[in-house]
Amino acid sequence: MQEIISLLVENKTGALMRVTGVLVARGYNIESLTVARTLDPTLSRMTIVVDVDDKQRAQVIKQMNKLVNVLQAQDLTESPAVSRELLLLRVRATAAEGHSKEARTAILKEAEIFGARVVASNVEGFALEVTGDPEKLDEFIDVMRSYGEIEVTRSGIVSVSLEAKKLRLAPAIALGAKEEEEEEILNG
Amino acid sequence: MATIPNPPKPSMPPAPVGQLMSGSKILLECLVQEGVDCIFGYPGGVTLPFYDALYDHPIRHILVRHEQNAAFAAQGYARSTGKVGVCCATSGPGATNLVTGLVDAMMDSIPIVALTGQVSTKLIGSDAFQEADTFGITRSATKHNFLVKDIKDLPQILHEAFYLAKTGRPGPVLVDIPKDVFQGQCHYAPVAEIHLPGYKVVTEGHTGQIRRAAQMIWEAERPFVYAGGGIIHAEASAELTELVDITDIPTVNTLMGLGALSASHPRFISMPGMHGSYAANMGMYNADLLIALGVRFDDRVTGRLAAFAPFAKVIHVDIDPSEISKNRHADLPIVGDAKKVLRKLNQFLKETRNEFAPKTESAREAWRQQIKEWMTEHPFDRTASAEEIRPQHLIDEIDRISGGEAIVCTDVGQHQMWSAQLIRFNKPRLWINSGGLGSMGFGLPSAMGAQVANPDKLCFAICGDGGFQMSVPELATLASNGIPVKIIVMNNGYLGMVRQWQELFYNNRLSQVTLDHFPQAEMLAGAYGFKGRTVDKPSELRAALAEAVAEPGPYLLDIKVSPYENVYPMVPAGGAINEMVLGAPQPVSMK
Repeated sequence: MQEIISLLVENKTGALMRVTGVLVARGYNIESLTVARTLDPTLSRMTIVVDVDDKQRAQVIKQMNKLVNVLQAQDLTESPAVSRELLLLRVRATAAEGHSKEARTAILKEAEIFGARVVASNVEGFALEVTGDPEKLDEFIDVMRSYGEIEVTRSGIVSVSLEAKKLRLAPAIALGAKEEEEEEILNG
Repeated sequence: MATIPNPPKPSMPPAPVGQLMSGSKILLECLVQEGVDCIFGYPGGVTLPFYDALYDHPIRHILVRHEQNAAFAAQGYARSTGKVGVCCATSGPGATNLVTGLVDAMMDSIPIVALTGQVSTKLIGSDAFQEADTFGITRSATKHNFLVKDIKDLPQILHEAFYLAKTGRPGPVLVDIPKDVFQGQCHYAPVAEIHLPGYKVVTEGHTGQIRRAAQMIWEAERPFVYAGGGIIHAEASAELTELVDITDIPTVNTLMGLGALSASHPRFISMPGMHGSYAANMGMYNADLLIALGVRFDDRVTGRLAAFAPFAKVIHVDIDPSEISKNRHADLPIVGDAKKVLRKLNQFLKETRNEFAPKTESAREAWRQQIKEWMTEHPFDRTASAEEIRPQHLIDEIDRISGGEAIVCTDVGQHQMWSAQLIRFNKPRLWINSGGLGSMGFGLPSAMGAQVANPDKLCFAICGDGGFQMSVPELATLASNGIPVKIIVMNNGYLGMVRQWQELFYNNRLSQVTLDHFPQAEMLAGAYGFKGRTVDKPSELRAALAEAVAEPGPYLLDIKVSPYENVYPMVPAGGAINEMVLGAPQPVSMK
């Protein structure tokens, strides 16, 4: 089963390695992973799709939360969230290979149905850009394949939760504080 | 041999604020602030600047003979005191040699900080001499690790490393420091606070959950306490004892938890699991409530998980949320520090005793009787023979001398299991062994660290003849520093535990388990300048042990034990814990 994990991570050397390392060490295969800075440039947002046994989903989140550089880990698999993926696709459509002008027009029509944008066009064919949920992109690929040779690059999905979840951060720790004080700080 | 004390070092005044200091000096200053009094280490090319600063610094440095043993010694120091142990190695091979010790500390949740040198920042990634990707290699071997790329970050990172190592679920933290960071200069000001926004540790257990736990405990008819290493880490031994005193519940301590409840406590049973006692495992199997405290339901404890404690509800207290319901579903999870949770729990138990306890009291009395019967029916074997020294006899004699008070460090294998079964520990932090990782070669170096931290305590390193030969170089460290560890080699001429499995599960085809040519103890110890002795007669055993203990310096005892003894009871791998092999080859099963 595919689990969608959303992580808020400190933008530090090695943070990505730690996250992927936890998954690899448990033998889970990563289906997709995206990472980019957030509004706060010291933080990154990752969306990871990983193939995990259903019973292990909670354990994966707990393991992620254990990482010192991870500020928040959420399982978005079943919670209200929007997931989108970007697809860049090059389809070959040249008159030289017998493609008629009609074929090129048909490709553009089809692209419009999927809400794709033409980002490059030349005598060789088109480069198209489309976003959507992964199933829609799968269909788009199938359709375009019927017109000719294609090449595809997918971004992997990015997700945003529709529920506001309060970000709980550990406060700063004063060094030399007595143990009791430290514990009070830790427990808010 | 006379104990050679280290020459006294001059004491250093604290560094003035804002002074221009080298990275090496800043590092030492931070170590002093963290209360470090001893480093186990081995110098090398890129740590030269650090060792130069150490030359006239009061922090004690013990020069080990192999970096792996520096990590094990730091663990011995940490396990015996609860303080953070520190080890140090150079880049490349020095750092990679630490890795086993780090993973070992990770598995057993031991707070150590490893300092490694790294090639200069400009050379990182160029395959420079003695360069290894220490940061990458140790990522999964540590709780967290750091690569210091800028000298300005050094003090902050150092304090973060210590904080991470000792708080929450403790563990090893590595700080990788390039040579130019050691050499660089920086205006140093002590760090006032650190900030680890993603490091959230819940120490207070949920009060409502703890209240429910108290009720469940009183309502249970066959309750059972399953306490482990978490009690030791949380210094919650007194609270555990109070819980057992209030409730009169039979209790087991896991391999990592021995000493958490005193072995002399009337409700203490033994260790459970693969080589646990009959009563411990039957108790686990038949219980209707498991009170699991600072344990992780390790496979060596549970046996076949599906058949583990099938009648029991589980209360699971742990500081690490990822341990809750990882292996066994927790009916009542409580995330928190064992000491704090137990304090509250004990309070609630006392408050609610009159309300709930009377209803189940007679059933609980019958349960205690049943456990007692199991204990008398199949006690651990500690009998002696007149002809040859049985390993159990040896351990029994060590137990007698220790009286529950000595520090006992072991290697891994049969001798470790017999020691865990037969040696009584009346306090926490006396029993030191590699539980999770099972690293051979752990016993001697960890004893070295424990003895340095506890110079006045009697400290045994019980090793098999296999593990001992992995640690032989450290005899020089013992001799050089006058560390008076008593090394007891339980010598059966075999890799005993592997042979036991080959006997039982591989048709007795003994493949690569014979260890012949064991060095003669008198000559081996003599070569390092201290005393050694070989003993093969049961009649000489007691006197030989007494002589070793009376010796002011280190002592090597090679005890030739009967070669074919095996550890029982035994739950075969994948077996259910109520299906123990009790010594005879046929399994015993009870309803």
